[in-house]
Amino acid sequence: MKQNNTPLPKRLLDKFAPTFSEGGKLSWLHSFYEAMETFFYVPTDVTKKGSHVRDCNDMKRTMFMVIIALVPTILFGMWNIGFQRIGGADYTIWQNFWYGFWQMLPSILVTYVVGLSIECAFAQIRKEEVNEGFFVSGMLIPLIIPIGTPLWMTALATAFAVVIGKEIFGGTGMNIFNPALLARLFIFFSYTSSISGETVWFSDARSCATPLGDLANVGTTNVSMLDAFIGTIPGSVGETSTLCILLGAIVLLATGTASWRTMISVFVGGLVMGGIFNLLAPAEPQTATELYMSLPAWQHLLLGGFAFGAVFMATDPVTSAQTNTGKYIVGFMIGALAILVRVFNTGYPEGMMLAIIFMNAWAPVVDHYVVQANINRRNRRAKKSINA
Amino acid sequence: MKNKTFQSLTNPLAKNNPILVQILGICSALAVTTQLKPAFVMGLSVTAVCAFSNLVLSLLRNGIPDRIRIIVQLVVIAALVTIVNDILKAYVYDVSKQLSVYVGLIITNCIIMGRVEAFALSNKPLPSLLDGIGNGLGYGGVLVLIAFFRELLGSGSLFGYRIIPECLYEAGYVNNGLMLFPPSALIIVGVIIWVHRTANKDLQEK
Repeated sequence: MKQNNTPLPKRLLDKFAPTFSEGGKLSWLHSFYEAMETFFYVPTDVTKKGSHVRDCNDMKRTMFMVIIALVPTILFGMWNIGFQRIGGADYTIWQNFWYGFWQMLPSILVTYVVGLSIECAFAQIRKEEVNEGFFVSGMLIPLIIPIGTPLWMTALATAFAVVIGKEIFGGTGMNIFNPALLARLFIFFSYTSSISGETVWFSDARSCATPLGDLANVGTTNVSMLDAFIGTIPGSVGETSTLCILLGAIVLLATGTASWRTMISVFVGGLVMGGIFNLLAPAEPQTATELYMSLPAWQHLLLGGFAFGAVFMATDPVTSAQTNTGKYIVGFMIGALAILVRVFNTGYPEGMMLAIIFMNAWAPVVDHYVVQANINRRNRRAKKSINA
Repeated sequence: MKNKTFQSLTNPLAKNNPILVQILGICSALAVTTQLKPAFVMGLSVTAVCAFSNLVLSLLRNGIPDRIRIIVQLVVIAALVTIVNDILKAYVYDVSKQLSVYVGLIITNCIIMGRVEAFALSNKPLPSLLDGIGNGLGYGGVLVLIAFFRELLGSGSLFGYRIIPECLYEAGYVNNGLMLFPPSALIIVGVIIWVHRTANKDLQEK
């Protein structure tokens, strides 16, 4: 008997192809079928007109690289959820990890189901293909919100981010703001008490303020900087471990997925702004803001979402600046603004989110002036050579 | 002719809505729509001002020298706004306090001056009156729609009465704080415009 060597997904896809194509019973789910097909296999479609230079580094691979870069952060974050619960330190590594895994899984599922179904619906109505843009956003959203956020809030925030943040601008690649951050922004302004303040519960049955929340209210925090670097501190799942984020950054930079210019300049911006505050801080700080100002600049980079934002959010190729000079400017401003908001607005302890969203809006303007400056420079050079 | 007169009333309600199509009067749509009651009162006030300013200026239209028409318009509109403001203060004092400066700012509402300039100065009194009422209601209708969503989602009530049952709150439902901020009104207006244009294909630009 001849053995069928075709793998199962391919067989299923071929079997159901007529059902989903035009005229088939389920043609209204055509987008979903196509998404699955391109997810498992490289489609056979070829460009029909003209010649195009194609790189194998397409969107799917770019998105996949980001997911790989996120893996250390995700795994560590899951363990940290277990570790941060009451008595978490008494359990083994695996017990803590599985505890966190089961806490984390529902919110990952919810973001993907909500986000992908909206994307599929829009693609179907607009007769476009579903693309891979949501794979990264859907992974980022659960990582940047507290683990205790109710699932319906996560679902609502995801829907808001996908519809208002992305689809109305024309889908992946056309959005002005980072969709994952918009989801966080939505929760932040809609349900403030569940994301900041003293009762954020990031893990089952325990609630307390994050170190940043402490800093904003009392001016000091009791976590050691080594803990903050390794990540064994309370906080949103993905943001705590600077070490794992740096591992991710190495993956992103080695594969050329993210821009090192943006990444470096965010950190430089944060250091410079933190340094300025260190110089300005009074010798005997009294208020929380004054205490906060005297926090050494490098410690800012380890706390809260600064590192995560710098590596995974600010470098978003769609919403960041496109020109190289623009990347330096936008990155620097993100870092500087994040620290500025942190120190001066105690109501918004996490300035990184606001800084990135704000600079997303400015990125096109910065790009415009960078390009314009280049045109002017070349014009002058051309004139000079004519005169000479 | 009869039909055309009637159209000046109905057109601004949907096809030529001042907020949704002409994008006028957005500022007050952001300011007074956190609750239904002020939005409702605001809609009525603008309707009254718009209708009577159109009527009065349409009656005067042949007597106004062209070069000073803006001043004349302002005098009429300002007088009407002052009357509306005083009526509100006399009969619905708490709403009037909530609306604060926004009643006075009806003077600067682009819809009113826009309708006077574009319609009343070149049309007979009756169509002008209907046009004013139509535009005022078109504006007020959108205001009420925005306020409906903002109050329901932001405070869980309508006209100040609790709508969302207590058991939902106990189950973990939380009012949406974003709806109390002005940006939410912009988002809602945007979504309404989106739906409106999807429904009316002839409004879409090519």
